[in-house]
Amino acid sequence: MNEHTHKQFDAEMEAIRSGVLAMGGLVETQLGRAIAVLGDEEDEGAIDQVGAVEQQINQMQVTIDQQCSQIIAKRQPTAIDLRMILTITKIVNDLERIGDEVKKVAYKAAQTRGSDRLTQVRHHDVARTAGRAQEMLQMALDVFARLDAVAAAEVIDRDEEIDAAFLAILRQLISYMMEDPRTITSALEIVFIAKSIERIGDHAKNIAEAVVQVVKGKDVRHASAERIRAEVAEE
Amino acid sequence: MNFDAVATRPEADAQGVPAVPPKMACRNLDFFYGKFQGLKNINLDIAERRVTAFIGPSGCGKSTLLRTFNRMYSLYPGHRAVGEILLDGENILAPGVDINALRAKVGMVFQKPTPFPMSIYDNIAFGVRLYESLSPRDMDERVEWALTKAAMWSEAKDKLKQSGMALSGGQQQRLCIARAVSVRPEVLLLDEPTSALDPISTAKIEELITELKEDYTIVIVTHNMQQAARVSDFTAYMYLGELIEFGATDDLFLKPKRKDTEDYITGRFG
Repeated sequence: MNEHTHKQFDAEMEAIRSGVLAMGGLVETQLGRAIAVLGDEEDEGAIDQVGAVEQQINQMQVTIDQQCSQIIAKRQPTAIDLRMILTITKIVNDLERIGDEVKKVAYKAAQTRGSDRLTQVRHHDVARTAGRAQEMLQMALDVFARLDAVAAAEVIDRDEEIDAAFLAILRQLISYMMEDPRTITSALEIVFIAKSIERIGDHAKNIAEAVVQVVKGKDVRHASAERIRAEVAEE
Repeated sequence: MNFDAVATRPEADAQGVPAVPPKMACRNLDFFYGKFQGLKNINLDIAERRVTAFIGPSGCGKSTLLRTFNRMYSLYPGHRAVGEILLDGENILAPGVDINALRAKVGMVFQKPTPFPMSIYDNIAFGVRLYESLSPRDMDERVEWALTKAAMWSEAKDKLKQSGMALSGGQQQRLCIARAVSVRPEVLLLDEPTSALDPISTAKIEELITELKEDYTIVIVTHNMQQAARVSDFTAYMYLGELIEFGATDDLFLKPKRKDTEDYITGRFG
């Protein structure tokens, strides 16, 4: 991309973009902490830290949204600049929501600790799916940093894996609950955890779709995988 | 909810070419200032009763192109246009075309307001008298009609005998638009009509453009890209005498097809 004639415009856009990436980095670290809690291997004070960083993430959302409003008011961006700004306001929203889900996962994981029979599900299936969601989030942020529409399509594809993993966990937990009604309370908590992880995948997918919108100017929300691949392949 | 705004979006095909019947069209148009070629092989349709904007950096040929549409260039020796410019299918560059009749059909408003040094009334009546002989009553009606069209009537009706030069810049420009409209043209060419005006007068002229397009085909040259985005249905981006991209304004300002266009409209030029 060539430089703007207004250098200050470039500087402001760059500040917003790095803000988004910094926010994404925090959310990613939070997810790492939640996964550690799921595996019962977190550092001391991890839960308190999750709460504090969540506040920080919320604040970043507000700040970046303000910066976006200001740049629209002052500079009337068009074309790629406009698509970028509009997309950033969406991405920031998704990141904040991921932050919320991660907090839920960490808190509920701490609550369900030690419920013997279900520890296996928590440690393996749920934590593994959370790991996949974390990879997907990493990829989505990377795709945003590089504005790579082709890689964005791959991120979008991966959401199906997470959806499938969620259904598998759900089936597993249902059989536990039928076998032994005493597990119902903690199994339900784990269902909520798994649902939050599934939502994280959805938000990461939204971020990747937003990147396609920036690069290609095509709205691929609600589009089929084939159409998305065709759109990103188009020159 | 009102979806009319969506429904009135200009109909364009996949290439961004207007699906509305063209009022004017350029075919392989070249233009020369003596030996210098100012326009290179321009092919473009101007949709009827729509606003078409020409944008581009200084010297790109946008005003030159506009001035070929009523052969304004023929006032200057050594200027010549080659190719075809069709108005309702007739080539206006053909020999034997009555230039005065052409300019009555294709009116023009310039960058600096150019009222004649006479009363507001006569500013308008003067042009009408060149083409038609109207009774005093009909002339009064025509003057009122033209001033109303130009959103000037309420301001001007009590001072029709005052000099047009005494008006503010924005009012002078609307007077010039009234004068252009008074001979009932079919096409209005606006060459940077608001570049000498304050924001309020600019907004009034832009509002006027939107109203006038119900009756007229409008072509506007503007340096103000946001103005092109606000008022036009179709936009042509020109550079160094060539037409780089042409399409529906909604598409061009959100996702231009050419990187050159994107660089220009986002301010990454040069």
